[in-house]
Amino acid sequence: MADTLVDSNGTVTSSDWKDRFYHVDQILDRPGPRTDPSFLAGDEVKDFLRNNCKILVIGAGGLGCEILANLALTGFKDIHVIDMDTIDISNLNRQFLFRQADVGKPKAIVAAQFVMNRVPGVKVTPYYGRIQDKDDAYYLQFNLVICGLDSVEARRWINATLVNLVDPENPESLKPLIDGGTEGFKGQARVILPTVSSCYECSLDMLNKPTAFPICTIANTPRLPEHCIEWASVLEWPRVHGDKKLDTDDPEHIGWLLSVASARAKEFKIEGVTWSLTQGVVKNVIPAIASTNAIVAASCCNEAFKIATSSAAYLNNYFMLIGTDGVYSYTFEHEKRDHCPVCGGESLEISISREWTVERLIEMLTESQNIQIKRPSLSTPLKSIYFQSPPQLEEATRPNLEKKVSELVPDGGEVTVTASTLPFSLSLLITYT
Amino acid sequence: MIKIWSMKKNEDAQAKKKPKTSAAQIRVQKDLTELDLPSTMTTNFPDPADLLNFTLTITPDEGMYKGGAFVFSFNINTNYPHEPPKVKCTQTIYHPNVDLEGNVCLNILREDWKPVLNLNSVMVGLQYLFLEPNADDPLNKEAAEELRKNRDQFLYSVKSSMRGGNIKGVQYANVLAQ
Repeated sequence: MADTLVDSNGTVTSSDWKDRFYHVDQILDRPGPRTDPSFLAGDEVKDFLRNNCKILVIGAGGLGCEILANLALTGFKDIHVIDMDTIDISNLNRQFLFRQADVGKPKAIVAAQFVMNRVPGVKVTPYYGRIQDKDDAYYLQFNLVICGLDSVEARRWINATLVNLVDPENPESLKPLIDGGTEGFKGQARVILPTVSSCYECSLDMLNKPTAFPICTIANTPRLPEHCIEWASVLEWPRVHGDKKLDTDDPEHIGWLLSVASARAKEFKIEGVTWSLTQGVVKNVIPAIASTNAIVAASCCNEAFKIATSSAAYLNNYFMLIGTDGVYSYTFEHEKRDHCPVCGGESLEISISREWTVERLIEMLTESQNIQIKRPSLSTPLKSIYFQSPPQLEEATRPNLEKKVSELVPDGGEVTVTASTLPFSLSLLITYT
Repeated sequence: MIKIWSMKKNEDAQAKKKPKTSAAQIRVQKDLTELDLPSTMTTNFPDPADLLNFTLTITPDEGMYKGGAFVFSFNINTNYPHEPPKVKCTQTIYHPNVDLEGNVCLNILREDWKPVLNLNSVMVGLQYLFLEPNADDPLNKEAAEELRKNRDQFLYSVKSSMRGGNIKGVQYANVLAQ
């Protein structure tokens, strides 16, 4: 039975071993009770998954390694991976695509090579560098993006980039973003449909804030080894080194902090200041747990598979896992925020004469029946056009009022408008008649 | 591949193409243009094109620090409002909650910062420190000690420090408003 299935499956290539997709095909060969109406059982969906679907994995660390392996084994064959880091010896306990001989090499390249060696027929294209190096055209080539990142900044960047990518004229420009994250025994996986569902920026206020101790405690009444380390990095480093920036990856800098923090700990009879704690506190390192990564990565890849194949309903839209006391998980729909600076607010295309001054545009914005903004402030992505306040900025931008909009904004250019009467901001797409 | 676009069409008809301006930048524009400051506080932008680095001058019109002009530097990074702005006092002042390096002990600048707070809340918080110096969260321990034990003596030290006086071997900046 299994033989006939594989034999009749035209999309299995010579590099796929016998019965490779037997189990996955149980899902793809027939609709189930929860399959999407658009599901095309059989060869068509398999062809898309195995020959056409292009997926981007951002991050080749704890989550990234799991995600890459899962995707390759599920049958995705065109996988790209970006990571800017190199392998550290401390990664080897959980980033299982790396071996001791790989220490110092770029994660993306080693991970890609490992997966291709182990899973014949899959093509993993690595990029060793920053996500910010790539432009819109690069991100447009993918059907799906999965993130296994450890930084809020990188997540905000990719989220905003994918939201910006959405072009009403081009349905293909909407790239589902699956974001995984772990912190010790806790984790989350979410599906973000840029501009359709709640985005990463919408949920920014849900984030755990980085542990910060009151500065007066650090200065006067340290009780924990962490207080001594914060004292060394927050107060002593700038006092002694002035403007020199603390580089948390520089062993010499960490060594300096450790000695200063140890001396302070001794003075206050506090124990426990060590090299690893020092590094942990200043880099805000959260212990990474391999099993949490495995669960979250599995959830992300499961969503990627469901979205790519429409074989089952996908996550709507936030799954959280709390493994600190037993195993608890909860799934809910995180709602879009009206005043989200990335996906909220409104956008408006307006067409004006090349002769219009900035003042005329502002007048139009305040008078127009369907806009009605009081005291708008305007800027382009590069510079301020006109600010209503504070007085100094108003004065500095006032000369622009008499200038033509076309001198400041290119045809098709964007203007960000903020005003207290707007939920967050309004973006204007300006074209000239 | 699931068809998401059809859902989008039903959900919101308005066309969207968002600007390349970063979320932090838009948020700072919004915060700044909607500042609602009393006449005792003014902002100053050394480079009006750079919205992320500026100073705030507080000239308290009541309380122990009346008559002084206190200048704080604001430094906002691209992770705002996930991270609070970095705020420092640019002068050496005698204040229980400000140390000699200009570090400020204000809860919303560190442990109690939340993205829903804004620049206005930080500025109002700073002004409050001059109206009600707090001896319980000291950063300048001696000043706090003095405030707690001998309010009159503390008041005298504040006045003297504001004139550029020397207290217990520390030379303070003359901060008297021009």
